[in-house]
Amino acid sequence: MSDSGYRQIFNDGMWNNNVAFVQILGMCPLLAVSTTVVNGLGMGLATMATLVASNGLVSMIRQIVRPEIRIPVFVVIIASVVTVIELVMNAYFHQLYKILGIFIPLIVTNCSILGRAEAFASKNSIGRSLADGLFMGLGFTVALVLLGGLREVAGHGTLFTQIYLMFGHGADWLTTQVIPHYQGFLLAALPPGAFLGLGLLIALKNVIDQRLAERAAAHETTPPAAQPAA
Amino acid sequence: MALMKNMSVSAVLLGLFAIVGTALVAYTYSATKDRIAANERAILLRTLHTLIPASEQDNDMAQDTVQVTSPQYLGSPKPMTVYRARKHGKPVAAVFTAIAPNGYGGPIKLLVAVRYDGTIAGVRVISDQETPGLGDAIESEKSDWIYSFTGKSLDNPGKKGWAVKRDGGQFDQFTGATISPRAVVKAVHNTLLYFKQHREELFGAKPTSDKTGGEHTNASEGPSDE
Repeated sequence: MSDSGYRQIFNDGMWNNNVAFVQILGMCPLLAVSTTVVNGLGMGLATMATLVASNGLVSMIRQIVRPEIRIPVFVVIIASVVTVIELVMNAYFHQLYKILGIFIPLIVTNCSILGRAEAFASKNSIGRSLADGLFMGLGFTVALVLLGGLREVAGHGTLFTQIYLMFGHGADWLTTQVIPHYQGFLLAALPPGAFLGLGLLIALKNVIDQRLAERAAAHETTPPAAQPAA
Repeated sequence: MALMKNMSVSAVLLGLFAIVGTALVAYTYSATKDRIAANERAILLRTLHTLIPASEQDNDMAQDTVQVTSPQYLGSPKPMTVYRARKHGKPVAAVFTAIAPNGYGGPIKLLVAVRYDGTIAGVRVISDQETPGLGDAIESEKSDWIYSFTGKSLDNPGKKGWAVKRDGGQFDQFTGATISPRAVVKAVHNTLLYFKQHREELFGAKPTSDKTGGEHTNASEGPSDE
């Protein structure tokens, strides 16, 4: 596979085809756990691990699965992967598991995982599928952290609360009270805040895309116009 | 005929994947279950000692347990484990495993430590499925709320005070979440009522046999409650 193929996968996952901002997939976990940065980060990383594993497995078996049973087979694979990840985390990262407890089974309900299995991994090589899982997962993680940060600041006036649960007490300095004596803004902390926040972030992404497109268009037209003048 | 054959092949293939998937999960389960149980037990012991400091008792609390059943006061039709703390053979405190059945996301499993004189030494949430960022502030890792029980008893704040502020009581609710703290307050109050009625028999009862009893049942119950 060419180098540019992987760059394309990276761009798609992080920006052009971002799970949360463009595909609008995985809304259930996205809206449910994006209340703080730490929750968002934990959920994002666990989802990324699932995406990488399920993409890899689906790509591995893509030659032997018949089209008519592929969806049930993917579902079996994803459910198994999530359960295994849940058990392994419970055994070896018990503290982290305690925090993410309820989020982890929720990963099964994330349709982006089945979506990537069907749309990408079932048609691509193992290497490309793993990269796709990694960058789709990373893009989802970034979206969750951004939305979590937005809701945490607006809802509680803080940022990075409980960061020690993931990185130990060495990371405590990250926890900040952004707005002192903040009364809390209930709407941001509740599920409607997740919808509004996601809408704002998608709007922001569209504005950036538009600016980029305008600049690109300007670049294409100016040099030929400048050349005759020179 | 061709169709039938096609279908059978698909069915066998699908069945094979189901078997492989189940085998994978079963293997992981059996490979991790001892470690998970050990984790649960270690956390339980650590929690017991944050409620009743080691300096205040000298017995092995994890072994000195009794099983009591009280759906009305302890929130579960199943026998619940009570860990007993003693010093020089005298009763110091009882740590109840209690269930708050009416949490927002299902039952909330609690440890309620009651001193011999009926005051609360501390309360901790062992497992819950409350909404992350809202109701999960009942957990000691998420907020200081659970410490507000320490030192309280049936007479302090009295029957009316044993409710969240919205219901006219003494305990705070959270922004956007009243149901979780309400459930915990009620469960703690019920535990105190149970303790008042059964104090002497609780400390008098013979310990439940080591391995089959208290500690073990509790540890194996843990994961299924997650």
